[in-house]
Amino acid sequence: MTSTHNTSSTVDYNYDILKLFTLAATFWGIFGFFAGVLIASQMAFPILNLNLEYTSFGRLRPLHTSAVIFAFGGNVLFASSLFVVQRTSASRLWGSDSLHKFIFWGYQAFIVIAALGYIFGVTQAKEYAEPEWYADLLLLPVWISYFIVFIMTLRNRKEPHIYVANWFFLAFIVTVAILHIVNNLSIPLRIDSTQSYPLFGGVQSAMIQWWYGHNAVGFFLTAGFIGIMYYFVPKRANRPVYSYRLSILHFWSLIFIYIWAGPHHLHYTSLPDWVQNLGMTFSIMLWMPSWGGMINGMMTLSGAWDKLRTDPVLRFLITAVAFYGMSTFEGPLMSIKSVNALSHYTDWTIGHVHSGALGWVALISFGALYHIVPILWGKKELYSTKLVNTHFWLATVGIVLYIVAMWISGISQGLMWRTYNDMGNLQYSFIDVLRASHPLYVVRALGGLLFLGGACVMAYNFYKTINDKTTSNQLI
Amino acid sequence: MLQHHDKIERNSIILLILTVVVISIGGLVEIAPLFRLETTIEKVEGMRPYTPLELAGAKIYKREGCYGCHSQQVRVLRDEVERYGHYSIAAESMYDYPFQWGSKRTGPDLARIGGKYSDEWHTRHLTNPRDVVPESIMPGYKFLTENDAKISKIGDDMEVLRKIGVPYTDEMIQNGVSDAVIQASTERESEKLIQRYGKKVNVRDFDGNPQRVSEMDALVAYLQMLGTLVDFTKFEPLTIKEFNEMNAKIDNKQQQKSNENKNAK
Repeated sequence: MTSTHNTSSTVDYNYDILKLFTLAATFWGIFGFFAGVLIASQMAFPILNLNLEYTSFGRLRPLHTSAVIFAFGGNVLFASSLFVVQRTSASRLWGSDSLHKFIFWGYQAFIVIAALGYIFGVTQAKEYAEPEWYADLLLLPVWISYFIVFIMTLRNRKEPHIYVANWFFLAFIVTVAILHIVNNLSIPLRIDSTQSYPLFGGVQSAMIQWWYGHNAVGFFLTAGFIGIMYYFVPKRANRPVYSYRLSILHFWSLIFIYIWAGPHHLHYTSLPDWVQNLGMTFSIMLWMPSWGGMINGMMTLSGAWDKLRTDPVLRFLITAVAFYGMSTFEGPLMSIKSVNALSHYTDWTIGHVHSGALGWVALISFGALYHIVPILWGKKELYSTKLVNTHFWLATVGIVLYIVAMWISGISQGLMWRTYNDMGNLQYSFIDVLRASHPLYVVRALGGLLFLGGACVMAYNFYKTINDKTTSNQLI
Repeated sequence: MLQHHDKIERNSIILLILTVVVISIGGLVEIAPLFRLETTIEKVEGMRPYTPLELAGAKIYKREGCYGCHSQQVRVLRDEVERYGHYSIAAESMYDYPFQWGSKRTGPDLARIGGKYSDEWHTRHLTNPRDVVPESIMPGYKFLTENDAKISKIGDDMEVLRKIGVPYTDEMIQNGVSDAVIQASTERESEKLIQRYGKKVNVRDFDGNPQRVSEMDALVAYLQMLGTLVDFTKFEPLTIKEFNEMNAKIDNKQQQKSNENKNAK
């Protein structure tokens, strides 16, 4: 499929594989958001657990987390990074069709194998690393192939300079590989068993798990999506990135500092104090490179703010950057030990996760997908700009309901657990505190439902766009 | 300074290598010492590996995702210690592969749940939580009483765990299945089981059904020993003085060793 662009030569970009990733991202997004609404509803109305082995909250939770992070987020990253690396390198995607198909189908297989496993109780019981050893092994050749395809395309670039988005994509790809390998080192029970035991136990496994877990956030959900931001925001706004120097400074400081943040998940636990303090200190410092990224993204709109009035896709992108700024302020705040003493184990953590996951990751993903769908399918534009706006508002209202409900619930929990009465005894039993959260669990499920609704609107818009009979060869 | 970065931006391999170096530092600094520093895991008495039945229960706990709503880590905070008991120490989770400290309390912390409720309470609660806690939002696990505990190959688990550091003996592994059956019943001779694992081991019919060793037996056996192993009346965290003395001893040992090596050469 040929497409023209602003350089004088015509590059035959590979959009076929990107179409697959885009469709997969849309599908898994809806699946993952639905799983989220389901488990949120179970927390509000436990009868929805159905008293069945396969549908209990405990088994379904990793279905939701894996689906939204790895299935939705992962496919968005594949689609976007392989789009951006081609366009910024002015070079067709390196590698054979079979290799690309292997990456795509191998990744989908990893997702499906993991998901089926959870329902049947196959899990490593480590957050965001639940897939068992055989699924983990499958991911290795898929990821290595992805890395090779990415870097070889990059090396074929016409422009000698590597564009900043690609620094972030490269860092994301290689760091995730290292995190995945180390945290999943394990011994299978038997060669024919789905179960394994990790090499590390106790306090060491706690540290390794959260070195992994926080950097799944830092590199899978942040560095990779910052890469997305660095291409789609200036592209959509038709403005250059605000500051080249800032991008250098915040790239290196972000990838260096993020790695240390893991221990903030373990404050006041039996993890040694010195590691906790390191984690807290670096988490607070992390605020700076994060806001460096936010500023660079936001200020790129300098001179083009009026576009926000007419372009709802840009609205998604910029709102995402705003939520990124908010979450990366909240995070360092919650990493302070005394704040964490209140927030740990509460719904505030969940609220924080979702302001980042929905506000930043999902919104920037939607913006990127809305941008590339017409390009990939050779359409002049999306079927309906109005529906993009509808999605935007459904998503944003949904997010606000979600996070406000969780802030109230979480802070109440933290405060109630530590409330003493006049006699010097604890005032509230555990169930007293849970009772107070119930109405907020209902509101949270509603927020999630709106968010899911928005994603369905997006899928409909894509469907109509793709099936629109009018093709176009216009300059895009 | 920026001209140097220009060089990096024009070379994907240099960019890659520098990135890998930069992202490796934090992990090495925070993780590696935990395996070497002797103070990471306290020297306490009472810790023992899980019995085969308790191990089967731990597997159920992980399988059902209980850690998604329950933590197993009492923090060093006053209200927490008052609600749950002594703060958790690293030694208590040393045989958990992986750790089960958890990250959310939709339900209460379970680090010291052992012995706090009766077997019958646990069985009824796990079967239908709202029977004993009307406002609970926990799912029901009735099927645990209906499934046989998966203990026929529990020796394999113990073998793998031994490989990665849990001190199971040959005797413990060989008697894995029978020990599991014995622990879930009051009818059988449990002397050898006690010999292997200690007097504190709970030996009784946990789920109220002596006819089978069910998954409920295993899970309740696991829950009933959580947090009960270390005798905290005998545990004192080190004072600064003791800590320095311990370090001095370690330094002396190392000095001796290197002197011996020098002399040997």
